[in-house]
Amino acid sequence: MILTGAQILWESLMKEGVDLVFGYPGGCILPAYDAMLDYPVRHVLVRHEQGAAHMADGYARASGKVGVAVATSGPGATNLTTGIANAMLDSIPTVFITGQVPSHLLGSDAFQETDVTGITLPITKHNCIVRTPDELARAMKEAFAIARGGRPGPVLVDICKDALQKKAEFVWPDSVSLPGLRAFEAPSPKDLERAADLIGQAERPLILAGHGVIKSGAMQALQQFAERTHTPVALTLLGLGGFPASHPLSLGMMGMHGEAYVNQAIQQADLLLAFGMRFDDRVTGNLKTYAPHAKKVHVEIDRSEIGKNVAVDVGIAADLRTTIEALNAIVPEYRHNAWLKTIGAGQQETRGRDIIHQPDSGNLYAAHVIHDLWQATEGNAIVVTDVGQHQMWEAQYYPHERPRSLITSGGLGTMGFALPAAIGAKMARPDAEVWVVAGDGGFQMTQCELATLQQEQLDIKIAVVNNGYLGMVRQWQEFFYDKRYAATPMLSPDFVKLAEAYGIDGKRVTKRAEVIPTVQAARTSGAATLIDFRVVKEEAVYPMVPAGANLDAMIRRPVTEEVQA
Amino acid sequence: MKHTLVARVQDEPGVLNRVSSLFRRRSFNIDSLTVGGSETKDFSRMTIVVDTARTPARLVEENLRKLIPIAEVRDVTDMPTVDRDLALIRVRCDASARAEVTQLAEIFRGKIVDVAVDSVIVEVTGDSGKVDGLVDLLRPRGILEMVRTGKVAMVRGTASVAAAS
Repeated sequence: MILTGAQILWESLMKEGVDLVFGYPGGCILPAYDAMLDYPVRHVLVRHEQGAAHMADGYARASGKVGVAVATSGPGATNLTTGIANAMLDSIPTVFITGQVPSHLLGSDAFQETDVTGITLPITKHNCIVRTPDELARAMKEAFAIARGGRPGPVLVDICKDALQKKAEFVWPDSVSLPGLRAFEAPSPKDLERAADLIGQAERPLILAGHGVIKSGAMQALQQFAERTHTPVALTLLGLGGFPASHPLSLGMMGMHGEAYVNQAIQQADLLLAFGMRFDDRVTGNLKTYAPHAKKVHVEIDRSEIGKNVAVDVGIAADLRTTIEALNAIVPEYRHNAWLKTIGAGQQETRGRDIIHQPDSGNLYAAHVIHDLWQATEGNAIVVTDVGQHQMWEAQYYPHERPRSLITSGGLGTMGFALPAAIGAKMARPDAEVWVVAGDGGFQMTQCELATLQQEQLDIKIAVVNNGYLGMVRQWQEFFYDKRYAATPMLSPDFVKLAEAYGIDGKRVTKRAEVIPTVQAARTSGAATLIDFRVVKEEAVYPMVPAGANLDAMIRRPVTEEVQA
Repeated sequence: MKHTLVARVQDEPGVLNRVSSLFRRRSFNIDSLTVGGSETKDFSRMTIVVDTARTPARLVEENLRKLIPIAEVRDVTDMPTVDRDLALIRVRCDASARAEVTQLAEIFRGKIVDVAVDSVIVEVTGDSGKVDGLVDLLRPRGILEMVRTGKVAMVRGTASVAAAS
C-alpha cells in the first residue's frame, strides 16, 4: 500500500490502538493534521502545548495505556518539554509526535526550526528524527514498544515535513528488535532465597511501596504478602492507591510530609522491603542517617536504580508483581504484633496533633476542604492534583483505596499539571468522577485549558485551594528564611467569574459548613464546576522534614492547648 | 579508580551524543572515550575509561545499558585484556639529538614517522602505562604537540563482547 508519510503516521497509530490524541497544529505538522480527518481518531485541541503533554500524561496514568500528544516544530515542540520531563521523571508511557522543518532545511535555522531531538535527549527515554517516509512506520512501532517496555517513559518522534508529504510503501513491522530494549527478567531463585531469609530474621520489617506497585499491577500480590508476613506498608506519594489506605497494615505516606510515626518507623526498622520505588531524596532525607538499623531489599525494574542512593543487601532487578508472587510462594507466615504496637503508639500521638481533630475555630483550613471532599465523594473520585501545599494535604487527607485514583506530578513537581492532566484522565475514564485539586498559583499556570475542557464538554470538578500565596514556597520562607515573603503573596483573578467567562459554573466557599453542600451540588450538576475555596492564608503542611535533614527530625504541628485538652 | 567499559553500539547518527549526554547529566567522569568500527557492519565499538571515584562502575554500566542503541556493555577492568593507546608526539629535536630520540622511541617500540629541521614526530602504541613512560622521557626535551587516541581494549581468549549479548 503506497501512502503519504502523514497517512503512514495515522495508520501506525491505528495499529497501536490509538483513538485519541492531544495536540496543536502548525506549519510543519500540517500534513499530518490534514490526513487526520480521514481516520477515526478524536483530537483534543489544547490551548498551549504543555497542556497537550500533561493531558497525554494524565490519560496514561488513569488508563495504563500510552498517551499521545502532537505538536508542530520550534515553539510547538519546545512548549511540550515541561510535560515531557514530567513524564520522564514519573516514568509515564507517552509518545510525542512533533513536526520538523523539511529535511533539506535541517540545520539552516529555518523558520520554526529547533533541534528538538537535541533538546529532548535528556528528558526522553528515547527519541529519533524521521527524514523519509519509509522510516516512519518502524519508528512509530519502536516508539510505542519503548514507551511501554521495561520502566516506561516518554518517547519523541520528530518528523520532517517532507517525510509527511512524500509517499512510501506502508509496511507495519511484525516485531521490533532493539538492542537496548530488554525483556523482563525473572528474579533469580538465589536472590529470592536471600530476601526470604532476611524476611525470616526480621523483627521490625517495613514495606516501602512505590509507583512500581501500580505500574506492574502488583496490588493484590502486595496485599497478600503484607498480610502473610504481617508487615506494615508505607507508601511514596506516587505509590498512594497501590495499597488500600483503610487496610490495618497501611501506614500512609512516608517522607518529607509523611506522618511522623511513619518516618520514625523507617528509622527504627530492622528490614526495609523497597518495592518499586527509587529512594528519592524527598522520601529519605539525609542518606547518611537513613534507616540505620535496617537491612534493605530493593525490588525495582530499573537496574540502575539499585544502589544509586541507598546501598542494599539484596537487589532484585525484575518485574515487581512477578517477584512478590514468587516471594509469596516461599515465605511462611509471620506475626509482628510487638512491632505493630510500637508503631501504633506513635500513630495515636500523631492523631492527637491532627488539625482534623481540633474543634472548629470558624476558619476554613485546606485540610478540612480535602477531608470533606473525601467524605462527600466517598473516596471514590479520581483526584488530580497540582504541586504544592494542597498536593501534600491531598496526600494526607484523601485516603486512596484503589490504584490510579490519585494522579499527581511527583518527580518533577510541575505546577500547572492538574487541570490538563485531569482532562486526560477524564477522557481515559469518562465514567469516573474526576476532581482537580489545585492551588491558586499552579492553577493560573495552565488555566487556559478551561477552554479545552469546555470545548470537549467534559464534566470535571475543580477545587481551587486559594490562600493568596504560593503556599509551599511561603512555608519554606516561614521556616527557613525568617518569614521574608519574597514574591510569594499572589493576586489572583476572581476564579468564579473566570469560570463563568468560560461557561463553567463557579462557586465560592468561605466557611467549613459550606464545603460539603457545595461539593454535593457540583457532583450532581452534571456539568463542570469550579469551586474557589478561600482558605486560611498562612497555614503550613505538618509535619515536615527539612530538605536534607534526618528523616525523624521533623517539624511537628505545634501542640495547642485545645489539643492537650 | 579507573574502570574500562567496552560497549557494542548501533552505528547510527547521534549515538555518541547519547552516551556523552548521559555522562554529562549524571556527572560521570570520562577519562577517555574511543569509538570506531567493529566486526559487525551496523555496530560500532566503544571503549570508555571512567573515573569511578564518585559513581560506582556498575551504575555507569547500568545507565549505559538503558540507552536504546547500546547492544552490550561490559566492565573489563578485572579481566585479562589487550589494551592499546596510540600517541603521536612532536618533540623538539635538532639534528644532533635525532639518534638519541630514535633510540628512546625504539626502546618503547615506537618509531619516528616525520622529521623536520628542529623536531620529529614519534609514534608509539601500547598500553597507557607504556605510552606514559615514553611521554615522561620525552617531556624534558620539549613536547611541542601531542595527540593520543585513548584506550581501546579487547578481552583475551575466546569470550567476545558480542558473544555475551
